[in-house]
Amino acid sequence: MSKVLILAEHNGDAINQSTAKVLAAAKQLNPEAIDVMLFTGDASLAGQIAGHEGVNQVFCVTCGDNHDQLAASIAPTLADKGKGYTHVWGPSTTFGKDVMPRVAALLGVNQVSDIMEIIDANTFKRPIYAGNAIITVKTTAPQIVATVRTASYSADKTSGGSAQIEESALSTAAEHTSFVRLSTGDSDRPDLQTADKVISGGRGVGSEENFEIVYQLADKIGAATGASRAAVDAGYVPNDMQVGQTGKIIAPDLYMCFGISGAIQHLTGIKDAGTIVAINKDGDAPIFEVADVGLVGDLFKIIPEMMEKL
Amino acid sequence: MKILVAIKRVVDYNVRVQVKPDGSGVATDGVKMSINPFDEIAIEEALRIKEQGQADEVVVVTIGSNDSQQQLRTAMAMGADRAILVEADQAVQPLQAAQVLLKVIEAEQPGLVITGKQAIDDDNNQTPQMLATLWNRPQATFASKIEFVGDNQINVTREVDAGLETIQVALPAVVSTDLRLNEPRFVKLPDIMKAKRKPLDVQAMADLLPNATGEAIEVLQHEAPQPRQKGIMVETVDELIDILKDKGLVS
Repeated sequence: MSKVLILAEHNGDAINQSTAKVLAAAKQLNPEAIDVMLFTGDASLAGQIAGHEGVNQVFCVTCGDNHDQLAASIAPTLADKGKGYTHVWGPSTTFGKDVMPRVAALLGVNQVSDIMEIIDANTFKRPIYAGNAIITVKTTAPQIVATVRTASYSADKTSGGSAQIEESALSTAAEHTSFVRLSTGDSDRPDLQTADKVISGGRGVGSEENFEIVYQLADKIGAATGASRAAVDAGYVPNDMQVGQTGKIIAPDLYMCFGISGAIQHLTGIKDAGTIVAINKDGDAPIFEVADVGLVGDLFKIIPEMMEKL
Repeated sequence: MKILVAIKRVVDYNVRVQVKPDGSGVATDGVKMSINPFDEIAIEEALRIKEQGQADEVVVVTIGSNDSQQQLRTAMAMGADRAILVEADQAVQPLQAAQVLLKVIEAEQPGLVITGKQAIDDDNNQTPQMLATLWNRPQATFASKIEFVGDNQINVTREVDAGLETIQVALPAVVSTDLRLNEPRFVKLPDIMKAKRKPLDVQAMADLLPNATGEAIEVLQHEAPQPRQKGIMVETVDELIDILKDKGLVS
């Protein structure tokens, strides 16, 4: 029988939904036990995980000086605990991607990256070549260290669980690495990775100032905002808005994009969206090949018209 | 200081790969091969650090078939001083790649290792982190800026989901590159000629690492992704809004 240890992720104030998505994936293994390890400066966050049904135990490791964000500091503790489990899983977010390969290396195993489907306890599907091919992989490693592709799973929303919380202090803080700062694009809009609706813009938007109308439409319908790599590279928007192979992989119910041509790398980030709507002035843009609804036209006329009619 | 840059030969990023009909892999015959784009950024960064006087040698290494010599020559045409090919007949998985690179590090003693955050073929995003772990040194993944601060320390700005995170790491360290670290230079013809005379050392992986550990993950099957259903084109904003309302996506 399987025993799963999950690496929890938080943003300082709350547990990220990525944790509940990994939990949902772990439950598909029908394991004997699921435990969660949380590294945090604020031990009160552990309660948010303990309430999920099916979680047996939460190991809450308190860290000073932001060491909870440093892979080199937390991986040894996670790997050591992981020796007692068949599966050690984390989210396929930048946090999980940073930490989990270190855990795998400490346990002497290759990692299964970006699990998108579970066949059985040892067999999984994952995307390669930016999602242009899917491989089925099998591993019989003593610990299956993996990251879970968050866009492939709906967050576990169960409540009423009463996992035990065991608190300890981090004893493996790295001396060679220290946290300096985190700059976030503060915004009142919904979180891009978990939003039901996303409005995004590409190079066709043309400038930082022009993005204002994209934001206005997003606010009108309560959507998060995203962007293509081209728009980020051009400096129109910050990097945390990038959707695609190397940015965020998202699965909203509605993805509406303006002035995005649809490079393969961008399509990788949106292919799990419920409904994809594309507005572009170039009728031959590849985005129309994947869009559920396409409209050829000038976004600077279409967005104001939508604002008026919605 | 010496900088070691690890690169990989991959299918060019402009090629839309096709899964072979028998599911045994993706078709690579006659397909254009290139340096993994993130690794090209790693080479560029190493060269810039050398040009700023913070390093005196840039050594580029790859693990792969003999054909990978082409990508090493390109790296040397960009400006790398010399190259090492660790020749392997078969695909090498991240943990084994990290073990090989650790052997190269032990021989070369670099002050900094830079490599792409992931190769765009397998999209594993593991090798840099594993290498840092086996080497027992710090890692700074997904770098968008590297600054030398004081003695043997670098500040690395990292592209993370929440925004930009800066961490300070002591050298030697492993840095993995993200897209916005730099824009790689174009290679000029005279440099291609010059690169032909630069040293390229070939070693067999079996000699360098006779006892690789950790089992490989077995690939059972390749398949094409499920295509999305063909969508429809509308002519007006009114039609678009009607569809969105029908689906309950807007009110």
